[in-house]
Amino acid sequence: MLIRNLCNIALASIVLTLSGCKGGVLDPKGQIGYDEKNLIIIATVLMLLVVIPVIVMTLYFAWKYRDTQTHEIYAPKWAHSTKIEAVVWAVPIIIVIILGVITWESTHRLDPYKPLEGKGEHITVEVVSLNWKWLFIYPEQGIATVNELVFPTNVPVEFKITSESTMNSFFIPQLGSQIYSMAGMQTKLHLIANEPGTFKGISANYSGAGFSGMKFNAIATPTQAGFDDWVSNVKAQGNTLTKDAYYQLAEPTENHPVTYYGNVEDNLFHTIIMKFMVHMSGKSDISEMKGMDHKMDEHADHSGHSEHSEHSAHSSHTQGEE
Amino acid sequence: MSFLGKITLDAIPLHDPILVVTMIGIALGGLILLGLITKYKKWGVLWHGWITSVDHKRLGVMYIILALIMLFRGFSDAILMRSQLALATNGSPGYLPPEHYDQIFTAHGVIMIIFMAMPFMVGLMNIILPLQIGARDVAFPFLNNLSFWLTASGAILMNISLVFGEFAKTGWVAYPPLSELTFSPGVGVDYYIWALQISGLGTLLTSVNFLVTVFKMRAPGMTLMKMPIFTWTCTWANILIAASFPILTAVLAMLTLDRYMDFHFFTNDLGGNSMMYINLFWAWGHPEVYILVLPAFGIFSEIISTFTGKRLFGYKSMIYASGAISILGFVVWLHHFFTMGSSANVNAFFGVMTMIIAVPTGVKLFNWLFTIYRGRLRITVPVLWTLGFMVTFTIGGMTGVLLAIPGADYVLHNSLFLIAHFHNTIIGGAVFGYLAGFAFWFPKAMGFKLNEKWGKVSFWCWIVGFFVAFMPLYVLGFLGMTRRLNHTNTPEWNFWLYLAAVGAIIIMFGIIAQVIQLYVSFRDREALDDETGDPWNGHTLEWATASPPQAYNFAVIPHVDDIDAWTDMKEKGQAYITKSSYSPIHMPKNTSAGVLMGAALTIFCFAMVWHIWWLAGAGLIGAIAVFIKRCYCNDVDYYVQPDEILETEQAFNLSGREGVKA
Repeated sequence: MLIRNLCNIALASIVLTLSGCKGGVLDPKGQIGYDEKNLIIIATVLMLLVVIPVIVMTLYFAWKYRDTQTHEIYAPKWAHSTKIEAVVWAVPIIIVIILGVITWESTHRLDPYKPLEGKGEHITVEVVSLNWKWLFIYPEQGIATVNELVFPTNVPVEFKITSESTMNSFFIPQLGSQIYSMAGMQTKLHLIANEPGTFKGISANYSGAGFSGMKFNAIATPTQAGFDDWVSNVKAQGNTLTKDAYYQLAEPTENHPVTYYGNVEDNLFHTIIMKFMVHMSGKSDISEMKGMDHKMDEHADHSGHSEHSEHSAHSSHTQGEE
Repeated sequence: MSFLGKITLDAIPLHDPILVVTMIGIALGGLILLGLITKYKKWGVLWHGWITSVDHKRLGVMYIILALIMLFRGFSDAILMRSQLALATNGSPGYLPPEHYDQIFTAHGVIMIIFMAMPFMVGLMNIILPLQIGARDVAFPFLNNLSFWLTASGAILMNISLVFGEFAKTGWVAYPPLSELTFSPGVGVDYYIWALQISGLGTLLTSVNFLVTVFKMRAPGMTLMKMPIFTWTCTWANILIAASFPILTAVLAMLTLDRYMDFHFFTNDLGGNSMMYINLFWAWGHPEVYILVLPAFGIFSEIISTFTGKRLFGYKSMIYASGAISILGFVVWLHHFFTMGSSANVNAFFGVMTMIIAVPTGVKLFNWLFTIYRGRLRITVPVLWTLGFMVTFTIGGMTGVLLAIPGADYVLHNSLFLIAHFHNTIIGGAVFGYLAGFAFWFPKAMGFKLNEKWGKVSFWCWIVGFFVAFMPLYVLGFLGMTRRLNHTNTPEWNFWLYLAAVGAIIIMFGIIAQVIQLYVSFRDREALDDETGDPWNGHTLEWATASPPQAYNFAVIPHVDDIDAWTDMKEKGQAYITKSSYSPIHMPKNTSAGVLMGAALTIFCFAMVWHIWWLAGAGLIGAIAVFIKRCYCNDVDYYVQPDEILETEQAFNLSGREGVKA
């Protein structure tokens, strides 16, 4: 009973302290985030079932059996008890079995690559991490933005993610999961905002000097119409993100301002991923820009990225063999 | 290529006031130290007694001195980081630009793990392990000396980077492509590579040395299942080192080829893939944390059993639990990058494997609890560290299991929650363990006990400081703050960042208290003198020797009948017995080959960092030449004569018996 009460108190205090916190992973605004917060709370409570007794017993035993307590039983040669051994192995095993089942189930349910079921059509955003800013390409709308990500509330978003150079991690803490962005490869992430608002987006993997400024706003518009308005506003900007404009943008900058591109060159995202697959482009402008070596014959059917997993770089792999 | 490779005057960072002050400080401190050694004519003692010594106890002391010096350096980095983050709030840039700050967090990680924790662990193992198994030295005494100097070379190289050039700005994991030439063209990553490579070689040699020692040199009667628990956990750690450090060696060698010879193992282009580095790095990196913490578990076991005056509860369980941790430690590395896009099956497998490690770890905690149960616990400084560990580490273990759940890791990965977690286990587990072992075995190594009062002050500062410094980081992780940020602009975080800085200052007082403790104890060493060699009524054979032990450790190798061999000998009345005659004892002679090879390889690595090829060649050839000369040297051993042994033993056993009577 004591233990259960302690658990309740601990749980209550954790929830009180942390749900008061605005803007973090315990203040989620979308389904993935809600689920992950619940997972954290359930797992923590389960573990406290062992952790609290251990801490209490440590302090209690140390106090009870301190050397001045000469009236307590002293058993210097007592060193084995099959019963106690059985219990101390069994208790953690049971907890870990329960946690293991939860882990297996939740990992499959929260797989970042899995489209969100029963939420309708996804919109697609292609994400490129550059030094040190985020480029978002909307292939369906034909627009692109830097350091601003907009999508409608209650519409699931499919993110296709890659990097121009170093590894970053695409992360909007209030919406849930993060995924690394890696050059020459594509990773995927599915998120949804169930409440409108402006959420902080960051890179969660250190990538060099300008890393701290690699922030963006993720804005969930209350309605589809709001999103459409924003799209036409971006389109009205007129300037086009061509390959050349992209390479200019890819030059390292820090704290880059929000930028809109009303048009995007076709397949730009694909080109960015494939620029390391030298055999397909010959002496292309891309590889010259990168100052790469052109020993492409040696790499005729290079597929080093495909080992990653069944999801990643799938498109790049198949198309690389064209 | 010019005569001096890439070195120019710009390599010396005279533009940075913090570094200039540090350099002047180091130069002055060094000059004063050299002056004092010269004034008191200690060069001979230093050279013959320590630098060239192959005595495992002296090498152990030198390892610990190295670890303490590096603790100061690594902790200074910590203070710089915490103060930067406390000042650089609300959009202010603070006082450390990314250029400098990024080197500091990289150096902090490398120093604390490779040059503080590892030497501390290896130092304690050096002093105690041969004594615990009743051996006169390690299997390969010269190799032991060489291992130390290779570790020291790495540490020296690491510190040269402070004065010449720069250190890596990549984080201590040095993930490519950031650590490739394209994105890190400076010498920082090269310093990182060579410092880790050379000290890693030393660590690998140490593990081989101690494995042979344990398997071939145990006292008669000491079967594997009668070995002291600290020796057992060190043995598991050594098995882990022998199995995992070659991976680090290989992955660093591949990064070296990428950077020096235009290979493409991990580059973005021409078929390289950074994911291979990340996998290999953690295939070493995860076992590494168990290498650090398992010996600490052994230390806690020895301390609890000694100070409760009781046998260790569940000795066999402890050994199997350590073994399970060691083996499982090799199948969990992927939990360091659940967010890299592996499939749900892969992530779930590694998540479940990781949480299975909580089972043997939990068993260990319960076994310590039941060792205290029905004991007579003396609340000394080593016991305080142990109790502090049991409380702190339990919390760290819990947050570790939480991070092992991929669904939770997706939002907590790389956040300050992760930082809080691993400091919770490395400080609360490994460092508390080493400090406990330091207080516990100090009298054995130095001949006098440490002052208890200052030890307690230090403990309370450390533990309070720890909670004040790291609990806020758990909160910041939940608030969405990621690691390695140089400055912040989120008002909700400010309070927690200030609090964490206060915590670091409290820990600083703990470290200052330890320095005072060392000074006070040295001053009062006559009063704190340990005459019996057994100040705590110990259980195992290290307490059967004098403090500090005779050079040959044991005049007669004891016969072991029990896990608690020394308790058994005391109960049977076999302690402190002087025999009428002794056989001569075969001992290894000191050698300067280790320090000379270390020096030559330091020159080699430094020259490689700066691309001074002729010097690199000279350094490498020098090291090989010294080694070949050593191989052909026949003057490597001597005998301690029976009269000398008799004299030493009579004096020790007399004071031992008197101490027992008193």
